[in-house]
Amino acid sequence: MNASVVVFPGSNCDRDVLHALGTIAGIPATPVWHKETVLPEGTELVVLPGGFSYGDYLRCGAMAARSPIIRAVREHALQGRLVLGICNGFQVLTEAGLLPGALLSNSTLEFICSPCLLRVERTDTPFTNAYREGALVQFPIAHHEGLFFLPEKELQELEENRQVVFRYASADGSAGIRQSPNGSLNGIAGIVNRHGNVLGLMPHPERASERILGGTDGLRMWNSIKSWLEGGSK
Amino acid sequence: MKFRARILVSLKEGVLDTQGKAVRMSLKNLGFESVEEVRIGKSIVIVLSAESPAEANQYVESMCEELLVNPLIETSSVSLEAIG
Repeated sequence: MNASVVVFPGSNCDRDVLHALGTIAGIPATPVWHKETVLPEGTELVVLPGGFSYGDYLRCGAMAARSPIIRAVREHALQGRLVLGICNGFQVLTEAGLLPGALLSNSTLEFICSPCLLRVERTDTPFTNAYREGALVQFPIAHHEGLFFLPEKELQELEENRQVVFRYASADGSAGIRQSPNGSLNGIAGIVNRHGNVLGLMPHPERASERILGGTDGLRMWNSIKSWLEGGSK
Repeated sequence: MKFRARILVSLKEGVLDTQGKAVRMSLKNLGFESVEEVRIGKSIVIVLSAESPAEANQYVESMCEELLVNPLIETSSVSLEAIG
């Protein structure tokens, strides 16, 4: 069971993810420079970490989505293997066409750095099988472009296909655009592709994986991935 | 031949333009009460060489398609001039 964490110029959460996977969750993880054209042998999970790849120039994630390694990541995804994009990584996945939608500037026009409550909408994915459906979890967010956007018809399709995995929520369990700190349509914080093997989310599970960092709700994501890879739960 | 292409990229109708909204508020605060809407886009200027204007146009269109424009949220228009 090996994970590869792609490093773009401007990535800044790659080490956090390597630490969360390798040290805390016990999933051996190696960094992979974006100019590589193949993933290390035995890679079962690819993580595109947060940060500001290429300084967010042109559009967030646009240039990273055209990096040499992305061809290998696309192939990996097409084979049904796991890809996880966190924050800037989510933006890269939408720009690469591996996930639908686009992330626009927050409706508040501010960079938001804050703990955030999320409602787990699906527990039948490789990334969330250790959560309870409807559970409220707390991951931090730290972004300026996190407003999830899709035109109305496609948004409806996304909902009908049950592709929303995390929604911004309040403590009473309600979730939606009103609970969304950044104006995300339908309160969407994280989605999967149709097949369910590619997840993108704006909040940071790797920053919620140790008590000393203020919470451990992110641990279940690594445990989900682990048990899915071990074939224990689907 | 050398060409200069000016590509104007704008957000599609219906896509929330938060920058435009903030700028509209600022203009109103300055007393420009008549401002109804502000949309902010970007302009990209590319100097390139090509055999003909048609070829230059084709290059620029491919660049828009492959990187410069995200068709889900943006539209673009191109103007081209020969510069020698």
